[in-house]
Amino acid sequence: MSAVADPIEKRNERYGKYVDSVTPKSGTLKSLWHSFWIGGITCCIAQGIGDIYALIFPNFSEDMIVNITSMTIITLAILFTGLGFYDIIARKGGAGCFLPITGFANAISSASMEFKSEGLILGTSVKMFSVVGPVVVNGIVWSTVAGILNLLILGRL
Amino acid sequence: MQGIVIHKGDNCDFLPVFEPVAKRAAEVKQTLFFDKPVHIVAANAVVGNKEAKGPLKRYFRRVKEDIKLGEKNFERAEILMFDEAVRASVREAKESVGDVQLLISGDLLNQMTTSSYVARNLDLPHLGVYSACSTYTEAISIAATMLNAGHFQTVACATASHFATAERQFRYPLEYGCQRPPYAQWTVTAAGCCVLSTLGSGPLVRSATLGKVVDFGQNDLSNMGAAMAPAAMDTMCALFKETETGPEDYDMILTGDLGKLGSDILRDLMREQGYDLGQRYSDCGSLIYSMDQNCYQGGSGAGCSASVINEFIIPRIKEGEYKKVAYLATGALMSTQSCYQGETIPGVSHGIVIEGERK
Repeated sequence: MSAVADPIEKRNERYGKYVDSVTPKSGTLKSLWHSFWIGGITCCIAQGIGDIYALIFPNFSEDMIVNITSMTIITLAILFTGLGFYDIIARKGGAGCFLPITGFANAISSASMEFKSEGLILGTSVKMFSVVGPVVVNGIVWSTVAGILNLLILGRL
Repeated sequence: MQGIVIHKGDNCDFLPVFEPVAKRAAEVKQTLFFDKPVHIVAANAVVGNKEAKGPLKRYFRRVKEDIKLGEKNFERAEILMFDEAVRASVREAKESVGDVQLLISGDLLNQMTTSSYVARNLDLPHLGVYSACSTYTEAISIAATMLNAGHFQTVACATASHFATAERQFRYPLEYGCQRPPYAQWTVTAAGCCVLSTLGSGPLVRSATLGKVVDFGQNDLSNMGAAMAPAAMDTMCALFKETETGPEDYDMILTGDLGKLGSDILRDLMREQGYDLGQRYSDCGSLIYSMDQNCYQGGSGAGCSASVINEFIIPRIKEGEYKKVAYLATGALMSTQSCYQGETIPGVSHGIVIEGERK
């Protein structure tokens, strides 16, 4: 059997190498630059919103300011998703749109919009986390691991 | 090398790089010849607005500006488009050759719901066929075989795909902001239907070459062109050998939806096989969108080649601009599960030869 399998693998390997050589690659420097400035601008806008909140509500604690700023940015991202131009920005921005909290908001809202046609429970509620599920699961798992390590090694919670 | 038995009967026998692998018990013939005249008496397609802005815009007669068609979901819209294409062709055929007796159709969605839901409104026997984007030629091959055998006089073949429904099934939610690699393709929103008949007049389906499922170990879901090109090569070689023709005997050789990258790969593969495809070769996927439409390598999907063939190629054959056209639709036979489970992507390609009617 191995005598039969070998030429297939050989052929596939040759073909794979050939395909790799002709397939266009996304320009790394260009993508890095786009995600840098788009991600950077997103963060600058968020910082600006936070500063404005700090000016309007001088007696709010810093945590409170951070929280309401995140909420504002999330709302904006969901609004952009609903109006249908978040994905157009993200096509250029890449990781710059995917990594900030706006990317998470976009992933949840796009999935819930997409599966609305199957109803609120079996559609939206079930499929809402279809894209961000891994983020939630890994977030919980690895923060638990980090917490346990922290307790065992440093001995404090 | 010529004395080796395993090379006999295989399409790849003179290929130095991609040798045939399995030993054949007997020579397999893939091509069916139709000696009765099988005419394409009607051909129609309905396309979305993005397709209607591409290079073929003036050839598309039925354009949907709103790809949701005012329906509550995209699946309904796909059904309506499919229904319109089928009804238009059935009506056209009824005037010239009489009622359609059978519908053979397929689409990309799970369990072929689109085709079945269209067929439920038509009082016709229905065969659902699936070979991804090569469904259209598969349907035409089956229909032509049945017509040639004399079981039916008039058979309709149809297929459809929709960008939004395919995107949901195979990739991510529509509004999800993800980047596509530069070698990705864009699913075409289109439905096509043609009616074949042994009566009447119109371009003739001369032969059909049934493709083998070919897998060269590609596993990138975005790079469908590279996964399907070997299948197209295999069927194209079989077609040339078994019909005893070469690329120079055709006015046009079309593949389904390999895209720009896939068709370049196919040219290279065919060159290694000893065939130079040259200017007469083109690909429906790279024809349907222009470079500035952000569709990367071009169109894909079952509706892609169906709409290009129905609205662009068949009228040209009727006018006598092309006399003999080889049309090989290509399909990638994976599901999202199979790819996540680490399987590679097999491809298939069924080819047909369409000839203009001699006057």
